[in-house]
Amino acid sequence: MKVLPVGEDALLVEVSSGEEAQALHAELLRRRAEGSLSAREIVPAARTVLLDGLDSPARLAAELAAAELPPAPPRAREAVEIPVRYDGPDLADVAAHWGVPEGEVARIHAETEFRVAFCGFAPGFGYLTGLPPRYDVPRRATPRTAVPAGSVALAGPYTGVYPRSSPGGWQLIGTTDAVLWDHARVPAALLSPGTLVRFVPEAGP
Amino acid sequence: MTDRALAVVRAGALTTVQDLGRPGHAHLGVPRSGALDRPAADLVNRLTGNPHGAAVLETTLSGCAVRPRSTVTVAVAGAPCRVTVDGRPVAWGAPVRVPAGALLDVGPAVSGVRAYVGISGGIAVEPVLGSRSTDLLSGLGPAPLADGTVLPLGRPTGAPARVDAAPQPAPPAELVLRVTLGPRDDWFTREALRAFVSRSYRVSPASNRIGLRTDGPALERARPGELPSEGVVLGAVQVPPDGRPVVFLADHPTTGGYPVIAVVHTADLAAAAQAVPGTPVRFVAVRRR
Repeated sequence: MKVLPVGEDALLVEVSSGEEAQALHAELLRRRAEGSLSAREIVPAARTVLLDGLDSPARLAAELAAAELPPAPPRAREAVEIPVRYDGPDLADVAAHWGVPEGEVARIHAETEFRVAFCGFAPGFGYLTGLPPRYDVPRRATPRTAVPAGSVALAGPYTGVYPRSSPGGWQLIGTTDAVLWDHARVPAALLSPGTLVRFVPEAGP
Repeated sequence: MTDRALAVVRAGALTTVQDLGRPGHAHLGVPRSGALDRPAADLVNRLTGNPHGAAVLETTLSGCAVRPRSTVTVAVAGAPCRVTVDGRPVAWGAPVRVPAGALLDVGPAVSGVRAYVGISGGIAVEPVLGSRSTDLLSGLGPAPLADGTVLPLGRPTGAPARVDAAPQPAPPAELVLRVTLGPRDDWFTREALRAFVSRSYRVSPASNRIGLRTDGPALERARPGELPSEGVVLGAVQVPPDGRPVVFLADHPTTGGYPVIAVVHTADLAAAAQAVPGTPVRFVAVRRR
């Protein structure tokens, strides 16, 4: 664990894998819940957890640098199920990257258990991991100016679902009617860091 | 319809509703948002007798004009500007009574960028995740004002401050930003780090509520490749591939993949909010306390 000071009252804790980042994130949430950590924001990402709004960052940095990385948290919670039609315009490109027939993409994707590694880009947008590294795909060379809300998409090691229409360079493999973000709902975000996710295929239109 | 409301007669280039923002949701990809010049927003609330954090209007360069449907106390601060009520000049930076139906005109900024308009009772649009702020990155909160928009006002809770004028810093002729280096200063060459804290930059016209963009010497990276996305704080100085530093302001994305060379002290961000395009910028490295 490497602890980097950030500005006046934040720390960036760097670990060596996404799994370690998830374990660290869970441990930091546990500490905040029990009252032994005071932080305004705890933001997990690909290989890091950011702690912002700290009272005494130097003391916490020293403590974390000496701490053992916690074990991965148990996967006790049920998975959120997202119904999806595998009808995206980039299915053929993804199949080519994966080296499988086009029809296999849906099966492989729907058989994978995903986990929200972190959120970002837009409220409710989760970066989901779970596919083996051989299924990493590049972003599209030319991003689309408008990706429709509900698009299920791949980039690098991640799967994501666009909460609202926005520009985007991810490979689109399907569509869902699930509402990823609704600020009038509690909680507003369907997916938050650590959530387990399964994509459930629906019949096409 | 209640008469606790405000009709927008001239929305100006970009006028938004702002309060203290919605911190605490960065892990969901929700930016902090909130008034860019926090001391100015706090001041207009004090002057109008509003509680700390009541929602105010934030204008951009060209001001705005509004017509309250009931008599209110207003105060304008931040960027200096001409303020009139039904065409008659009134005080800037002090509480002013605006009769029901009168036209409050907040003129273009004489210097600086953003004027803050506090109104007794505060702007009472429906909060989203605990805040009434317009977030231009994510689209949360009320839309920017348009001509004809009617905004609800809350009930006044306190008396206006009894002051003639409140001291305020002038918008910066030169923007000096104190920074602490890191977390990714090791991604840059020694020459780049030296240039960053010794050369002069200028505020780019492409700046907005998301970031203060700069023009100036490009900062060269010491290593190739990409940084995996990581959490980013307010005031982070991110360096995109073009090498020009961007200072993250209130509507900044919560994670980013370009290296953060340094972080600006929070106390200096109000001045950054008032620096017009072309203003010289210097980054001054200070040691962490």
